[in-house]
Amino acid sequence: MIELIDVEKSYVVDGRAVPALKPTRLEIANGEVFGIVGHSGAGKSTLVRLINRLEAPSGGRVVIDGEDVTGYGDEDLRAFRRKVGMIFQHFNLLFSKTVADNIAFPMKLAGIYSRAEIRERVDELLQRVGLTDQARKYPAQLSGGQKQRVGIARALACRPSILLCDEATSALDPQTTQSVLRLLADINRELNLTIVLITHEMDVVRRVCDRVAVMDAGEVVESGPVTDVFLHPQHTTSREFVFESEQVDEDEMQEDFARARGRILRLTFQGESTYEPLLGSVARESGVDFSILSGRIDRIKETPYGQLTLSLVGGDLNAALAALDRADVHVEVLR
Amino acid sequence: MIESLLTGVDWPQIGMASWDTLIMVGVSLFFSVLLGLPAGVLLFLTGKGQLLEQPVAYAILSFVVNVLRSIPFIILLIVMIPVTVMLIGTSLGVAGAIPPLVAGGAPFFARLVETSMREVDRGIIEATRAMGASVRQVIFGALLPEALPGLIAGITVTAITLVSYAAMSGVVGGGGLGDLAIRYGYQRFQTDVMIITVSLLVVFVQLLQMLGDRLVLYFSHR
Repeated sequence: MIELIDVEKSYVVDGRAVPALKPTRLEIANGEVFGIVGHSGAGKSTLVRLINRLEAPSGGRVVIDGEDVTGYGDEDLRAFRRKVGMIFQHFNLLFSKTVADNIAFPMKLAGIYSRAEIRERVDELLQRVGLTDQARKYPAQLSGGQKQRVGIARALACRPSILLCDEATSALDPQTTQSVLRLLADINRELNLTIVLITHEMDVVRRVCDRVAVMDAGEVVESGPVTDVFLHPQHTTSREFVFESEQVDEDEMQEDFARARGRILRLTFQGESTYEPLLGSVARESGVDFSILSGRIDRIKETPYGQLTLSLVGGDLNAALAALDRADVHVEVLR
Repeated sequence: MIESLLTGVDWPQIGMASWDTLIMVGVSLFFSVLLGLPAGVLLFLTGKGQLLEQPVAYAILSFVVNVLRSIPFIILLIVMIPVTVMLIGTSLGVAGAIPPLVAGGAPFFARLVETSMREVDRGIIEATRAMGASVRQVIFGALLPEALPGLIAGITVTAITLVSYAAMSGVVGGGGLGDLAIRYGYQRFQTDVMIITVSLLVVFVQLLQMLGDRLVLYFSHR
């Protein structure tokens, strides 16, 4: 488990301390994919670098699996960092080394692996990320997606238990993003690796994360299971991120509402209820007429969900609400 | 006509002088790199925001480099005479030219090293640190290999600068083509000797640049 206990970070600029991260408390369980979402400058980059001490905290403690790593000296810190892989937005591969040598690099730095061990591990990793036939190429000859795969293979070389992803898909096109995210999800499942992923795209969080923290101006403003934060965002910043990823335009939405008659409800289905032919039967039984103002059916990681905004006219509204409630549908009355 | 122009040319002497120039440039380049490379790496590492940020050390090192670089080489040749005599026993000839050449070449190369290391993406340094590398490993495992093409380009520029410095050393009794050009070409009005020595220097510089460019290309994988 990663425990961040009241960690904070401030930088001294012109003799004044400027806070980059206000005191923050966060727990990340082993084997989970934890997302940190926020605009640039929100402090997420700082937060993730406190975990492997690329940044030293100005206050608070970082505890990994019960061990306080905050006070680690040079030697301990270096050994600890081998157990924490990291991938980057711009990949940060060494131009001067081939794909295979890039992947071997952390193992060589560790100085505890034999040549044969390194070769075997590199082959295994190349296979895992699907780049076996690119082993002898140089990074400059690869596409962005391939470079990130090399980055992932390199991060896994010393068999870490934690993988930090710093905007790992932000420089990739949508299709490549999807394949890289799928690779991360596979790794998480098969190796039971804890993944901490920072991004400014809620869509990335929706696809792979179990839990998420939303950051704004150096603090965590909301956190919880992705299903909660994504479907029922509380804080303004979280709502902005969700709307942005669903391409909801708030002004247009309000306009639609103004035109619609009757009550307006937002229904959220999760899991199996997403597939139930519920609306028709509720409408028939309660005599309520509905029209759909907006809707979306998708998945949060593996959980299917649906979110529909309806306007309801006539019939017995209370009976309809009761029926929806019985079917485990989350109802928000918007008007 | 051409034959009468070249009658006074002592070819074996020109051959000797070319060889002397080659030796002066070669040896002084070797020592310039030997001293300039660590100095340049230190300049880079102690610089602002770098791995071993150390404002005082940086300021001192940077000052020394700047002082050596701001003295015109012809003056440096004269200023260095006592030091050279102390080191080598004479300030004349090929050997006597080498200490001032190194004094001019090493700080020049050090700055080029610093610049080419700054060209290395900070992200690569960060990634290497994140893998658990020590400062030593960051320098030898990432910084130097990544900066290699830039370093080779820097060595090329330094070598060419040393060719012209070496020619200048003829003024204070250094050997080589410059010495020949000054003694025969200038002081004895042998224009043909002047033309030949200058042509040889041009060819030498061209060859150095070509070799350097090829090596840069070979080691560059960007």
